Amino acid sequence: MSRYVIIGNGTASVGAIEGIRSVDKTGSITVISEEDRPAYCRPLISYYLEGKTKLENIGMRGADYYSDSAAELLCGRKAVGIDADRRTVALDDGEVLPYDRLCVCTGSSPFVPPFEGLGTVEKQFTFMTLDSALGIEKSIDAASRVLIVGAGLIGLKCAEGLTGRVASVTVCDLADRVLSSILDADCAALMQRHLEEHGMEFLLGDSAVRFDGNTAYMRSGRTVGFDVLILAVGVRANTSLISGIGGEVNRGIVVDERMATSVDGIFAAGDCAEGFDASSGGKRVLAILPNAYMQGHAAGVNMAGGSEVFDKGIPMNSIGFFGLHAMSAGVYEGEMYEERTDTSIKRLFTKDGLLKGFILIGRSERAGIYTSMIREKIPLSSVDFELLKRSATTAAFPPESRRKMFGGAV
Amino acid sequence: MGVEFLYPEYEVIRSTDRCIACRVCERQCANEVHSYSAERGAMISDESKCVNCQRCVSLCPTRALKIVRSDCVLKANANWSNDTIREIYKQANSGGVLLSSMGNPKSMPVYWDRILINASQVTNPPIDPLREPMETRVFLGKKPDRMTRSPDGRLVCDLPPQLELSMPVMFSAMSYGSISYNAHASLARAATELGTYYNTGEGGLHEDFYKYGAHTVVQVASGRFGVHEDYLEAGAAIEIKMGQGAKPGIGGHLPGTKIVGDVSRTRMIPEGSDAISPAPHHDIYSIEDLRQLVYSLKEATEYKKPIIVKVAAVHNIAAIASGIARSGADIIAIDGFRGGTGAAPTRIRDNVGIPIELALASVDRRLRDEGIRNNVSLVVGGSVRSSADVVKAVALGADACYVATAAVLALGCHLCRTCQTGKCNWGIATQRPDLVKRLNPDIGSERLVNLMTAWRREIMELMGGMGINSIEALRGNRLMLRGVGLNEKELEILGISHAGE
Amino acid sequence: MKRVYVNEEWCLGCRLCEYNCAFANSGLSDMVLALKDKPVFPRIHVEGDEKITYAVSCRHCEDPVCVKSCIAGALSKENGVIKADPDRCVGCLTCVLVCPYGALAPGENGVMLKCELCLENSCGEPACVKGCPNRAIVYEERGETA
Repeated sequence: MSRYVIIGNGTASVGAIEGIRSVDKTGSITVISEEDRPAYCRPLISYYLEGKTKLENIGMRGADYYSDSAAELLCGRKAVGIDADRRTVALDDGEVLPYDRLCVCTGSSPFVPPFEGLGTVEKQFTFMTLDSALGIEKSIDAASRVLIVGAGLIGLKCAEGLTGRVASVTVCDLADRVLSSILDADCAALMQRHLEEHGMEFLLGDSAVRFDGNTAYMRSGRTVGFDVLILAVGVRANTSLISGIGGEVNRGIVVDERMATSVDGIFAAGDCAEGFDASSGGKRVLAILPNAYMQGHAAGVNMAGGSEVFDKGIPMNSIGFFGLHAMSAGVYEGEMYEERTDTSIKRLFTKDGLLKGFILIGRSERAGIYTSMIREKIPLSSVDFELLKRSATTAAFPPESRRKMFGGAV
Repeated sequence: MGVEFLYPEYEVIRSTDRCIACRVCERQCANEVHSYSAERGAMISDESKCVNCQRCVSLCPTRALKIVRSDCVLKANANWSNDTIREIYKQANSGGVLLSSMGNPKSMPVYWDRILINASQVTNPPIDPLREPMETRVFLGKKPDRMTRSPDGRLVCDLPPQLELSMPVMFSAMSYGSISYNAHASLARAATELGTYYNTGEGGLHEDFYKYGAHTVVQVASGRFGVHEDYLEAGAAIEIKMGQGAKPGIGGHLPGTKIVGDVSRTRMIPEGSDAISPAPHHDIYSIEDLRQLVYSLKEATEYKKPIIVKVAAVHNIAAIASGIARSGADIIAIDGFRGGTGAAPTRIRDNVGIPIELALASVDRRLRDEGIRNNVSLVVGGSVRSSADVVKAVALGADACYVATAAVLALGCHLCRTCQTGKCNWGIATQRPDLVKRLNPDIGSERLVNLMTAWRREIMELMGGMGINSIEALRGNRLMLRGVGLNEKELEILGISHAGE
Repeated sequence: MKRVYVNEEWCLGCRLCEYNCAFANSGLSDMVLALKDKPVFPRIHVEGDEKITYAVSCRHCEDPVCVKSCIAGALSKENGVIKADPDRCVGCLTCVLVCPYGALAPGENGVMLKCELCLENSCGEPACVKGCPNRAIVYEERGETA
């Protein structure tokens, strides 16, 4: 009977459990969870703050998930080392777990720059876990002024979640625009305007350099008073367990398309892993939930002796703020096709006869058709791109493609 | 042109309480009657374009629509009816010949409705078709006058070619062009499933339908459109069309706008050219000429297929039929003045020809009197509307009936009589691809099969009531019929007694 | 498993399926009450142009990328039917971003509405199929794509 150990209990971990169980119904599975709760939907923490979801709905699977999956969940425990030769994992309490196959799903951690005077700030948080969201919730009231450092996905979702519950939300970022990792300047400007209309304040191209109690001293020289500080500067993949044993690590733990690391018997998946990016052709940490699940699933299948390749990962995002959705995928290279109105932007990027990337703001209809064009590398010459660029529709595909898509079980 | 004096004939009544503005009516109306007014937030109608085809009514999911005849009328006048005046206005506007379609709608006598069927009581028992075998099969073709034996005493069985029908009904000629591909597909599939025949009309046979050839009558008409060797070989029988009940004495005209794509290829004429079928066959001016064509076609198909000659019911139909029966034809088809059409001059449709009931009775009697009834089978059409009409026709002497209007009704036709516009909302009398696809032949053929199956059951019930268990035994059995409200002359021509006699 | 299939050869683009769908999922017994003067959020959508139209609804994929991608655990597969839990959905539209068929769209309050084959509403069988005037939408078992 095989022994499977999974370090981490996020989306990739659940994918790995389900991948393993799709092949091996009997092997033992042990999941090591630093957080003291079953796997939950991590992106929901901002929706929880916003009141769009309840704590009882935040769990990723049902109450009996681990017992139904015959997986043992070790909560509140941390893996501190791996012995790849003996095939064991050491836990923080001294326990040593043997494994036949190991999957590292350690995710990422918030990066906190060494701000001067940060220690003087009484109410400071990062925004990665449910515990951090619950902590923020306890610290705020209707009169709170919140300063968020970082106008990326995490910072802004947190800002949206707090808007309306606090007196003010100010977001600063060294970048000159919001969501700089997924939006270009024009798109970011549109989104920023929308966020400002809903009460957020921005200090862009500017960032805190020093804190003193409830005051942030900005690079520009201005000062910002706040009651609660949230640091959402960025994240770092948790790779130390693998780098510690000499495994190949770059920005993430390097994996092949079967999710195997360079260390025999060890797989990695999710935000800690650096896998293949089908849109750019290189390797990249694709820290998004769908990829985490699919990588985890592939890792699980391969751990259990099956065969599953995941090489269709691409960067993509769907994120909405106050009803305005921004979707993006792939890379923004090549020729750009654009449609825009006062409240929407569509940008498609094509190169070498392929759709390489897109940004859609306020235009979400059937975006998955564009996504699959990128993922599946469907040549533009095989579709009516004139139609497709105006409207994401399978009507632009040749009839035989549609017959395949819609004519049978898929 | 100033005012045209033409006012909407119909009103679109839309229940604003029910209309959910789903715009299905708008999408389904090829005449563009319905539209959505964003300003008013409601559906609006331009009733001047409405032809009362009821497509919108039938698809409206909340039953919010009805189409009614406008009660905005001219002053009542028993002589100058509204319709007559309207026709005058139209002609004064355009200078053109009035065009119409489908059958004569005028209030002329319908003899079927003045004829009643007998039933057995006491002295000769009726037959229960649910318990006893009933034969509705008929064979069309020349029958031998007498049995002949070979010198060694064996029975000679070389019967001339026959069409075998599971019931005495066939689908009559409607050309591909006048009706759609899907209408043809529906008819072909239904005829095959039912064990009867449909008829190509003068439009040729689409290559997709050759596989239904064993249940196809291929037509040769004055324009000879689509006629070639494979076509003649493909059918089970060949019909020479001399005339049509809806428009006796004139030819046909399918406008070039309908000669597109496959229609053009099937008719073997260039796209966009008008398909003009001459009034006469230019090689037929006598029975002898007809005989030449009959035998040409027999030669071409090695005497394996019966030849049908189709004529319109006109004044001297009995003499014409007598001639045809001597021309070598195997089957005579007679089309009464109520027969349908995809387009005909209104005056011809409404004023030329005679009722099929009278034509049939006189032809059957004439052929019997001349001792040539077995030379030919008789098929009659021109508004056979029900199984009762079929039974009455058989009792008046028909071997079988042709139906077309009933068939297109089964396909969804609502008899709006605007086939000539080519915008049939039911996908039948149109070549517009978006409209043609509205008729799914899976549904169409199923409905045709249902209709004919129902008729066949009813025919068996009527036969059983008369104590007849084989339809052949009813043929020409006029004692089974009585007239009501008919005068002496009519009864004499029909060869039946008055009810009570 | 029986699924909803559309034959574009027979689809008329009348959009009755959309209205029948929205009605069947309205929980009301009167279509007028359910749909009149309201925005309509069907779970099937007619696509196409003047020549070709066809209705698209969830394919109920054997390997559903939407379920794998859902950030809220709102999508699940039960007996082959992919279901959306409106209490869990937060309207992030990630499923819209990943569905290669363009089969998903949000409803009035931003949460996802998707075809669940009418198995649990008052219709009991797919309303789009039942109401299609030209039998363009069928509910049947089909094997792998030919």
